[in-house]
Amino acid sequence: MADSILVVVEQREGKLNRVSWETLTGAQALASETGWTLEAAVAGSGIGDIANEIAANKVAKVYALESPKLEPYTPDGFVAALKQFVEQKQPQLVLMPHTYQVRDFAPKLAAALGRSLISDSVGYKYEGGKLLFTRQMFQGKFAADVSFVGEAPYFATFQNGAFRGDQVQAGGALAPVETVNVEVADGVIRNKPEAPFKEAKQAVDLTQAEIIVAVGRGIKEQKNIEIAKQLAEALGGEIAASRPICDSGWLPMDRQVGSSGQTVAPKLYLALGISGAIQHVVGMKGARTIIAVNKDAEAPIFEIADVAVVGNLFDIVPPLIEEVKKAKSA
Amino acid sequence: MKILVCMKQVPQKDAPLKLNENGTWIRDDVSYEVNEPDAYALEEALRQREKHGGEVVVITSGPPRAQQVLREALAKGADRAIHLEGDGFVTLDAFNTAKAFAAAIKEESFDLIFTGLQSDDYGFAQTGVILAELLGWPHATIIMQLEKSDSGIRVKRELEAGFFQFVDMPLPAVLTIQSGINKLRYATLIGIKQAKNKPLKKVSFDETKPALGDNLQKIEKLYIPQKTKKTEVLEGPPGEIAKKLVEKLRNELRVL
Repeated sequence: MADSILVVVEQREGKLNRVSWETLTGAQALASETGWTLEAAVAGSGIGDIANEIAANKVAKVYALESPKLEPYTPDGFVAALKQFVEQKQPQLVLMPHTYQVRDFAPKLAAALGRSLISDSVGYKYEGGKLLFTRQMFQGKFAADVSFVGEAPYFATFQNGAFRGDQVQAGGALAPVETVNVEVADGVIRNKPEAPFKEAKQAVDLTQAEIIVAVGRGIKEQKNIEIAKQLAEALGGEIAASRPICDSGWLPMDRQVGSSGQTVAPKLYLALGISGAIQHVVGMKGARTIIAVNKDAEAPIFEIADVAVVGNLFDIVPPLIEEVKKAKSA
Repeated sequence: MKILVCMKQVPQKDAPLKLNENGTWIRDDVSYEVNEPDAYALEEALRQREKHGGEVVVITSGPPRAQQVLREALAKGADRAIHLEGDGFVTLDAFNTAKAFAAAIKEESFDLIFTGLQSDDYGFAQTGVILAELLGWPHATIIMQLEKSDSGIRVKRELEAGFFQFVDMPLPAVLTIQSGINKLRYATLIGIKQAKNKPLKKVSFDETKPALGDNLQKIEKLYIPQKTKKTEVLEGPPGEIAKKLVEKLRNELRVL
């Protein structure tokens, strides 16, 4: 099966991870540019419904890789299943969303086949028959166009938000769904995972906040959090932070925005001293307006900011609090 | 427990980076530091040794400057270090880096190998997982807690959106460690002194080369990302900026 693209969608506990739609959208675009056939696969146990859900879209075929040993997810199980399948199908390209689950097994899968994975891509280019994937480097300060060397199949993952999941093209008739009963031998799966859980009840639901004032490393010291809190209070918004601030215990974990915290889309996101590492940006780039204050003019946060203030937050924030208070009382 | 910690030297977080002439890599006249998750990986290894005894070995690959990372780790309490030394290591893809590490530890018998969950330069998030595959060991990624159990270890994996999961797994195993799993220690003066006498083994690129294959991916071009958004830059004295921002908040965003 030369010249085909295989999208491996992600399911967790029998539910399709929505970010799979983004990867499918990107794969559809790539398929129409290259003329390659687009097929999809999902691995798990009792995943017929998910396969059917995918089959309603513009894909040539959907494979449901079934085995009772694929529930719950383990990297050993998924690699065993997908390795057999990819070896047999020999697609040119295997695309997946860059989720925590995929990062857990995809490098192993590619390595087991002696192949390479271009991880966390934000897009692709197809120029004169050459396929390039664009990925962020140095925490988003640079981008790199990366090509594959050697033989297919090639593996790539797309970052959350790389494509619009709501722009996935529906298919005409339902694509055929083939159930493949995969063999996962006894003893292959070594990890014994327990059911996922949430740590503590989240006290704060940042997803509902209209205004968020978020702090990053630029806040320097725990005691400085106070001025950010004062600004949040003056604006009637919530205080939030990037991961290092919560890791340091300066703000509780439920105030964290980013891939391991909450994903927010407020009217206003005011980023104070946040550099804009990818892990943070994926959690807030959906904000309607982003205002960023950072003393480093090269900070990646400015790439996505609507309003950029290059300066020291300790100079800017105190007068800003005063002006906000004045405006409110006027 | 005998634990190997894979560490990497990366440009400092707020170091201004410039492209080299060919646009294939950064100019290397910048300040470097240890990759942050790797520092947490080292700390976790030291804590495990304090609880269960054993040995902590640190390994890195890169030019002579990268030795600083190993020196710091030895000063914090690691027992010995391995430096795969050479400029050739900088441009290896994740697969080849994992191959280099696997070759370097062929004669060793570790119970655990830690890596940080990803590096701040390439950001592959792959080397640890590939290393596990090359060694034939089980692995778990994005680890926030680790305990020894009767049959091996019990780890807490971070999942997305605030979820976690406990996983029991046998040893030996590879774990990729998340930042924030513990609180980092500082090197003590006495530690820094002792570090000078701890063994640091160097392995050259030429010695490693037979274990490597061709890179299977290639950076064609490195560049400053194109902006997709129109950004308005506010300048002036802080007081004026504050006024302009409030005007915006009131008249354009209508949030005041």
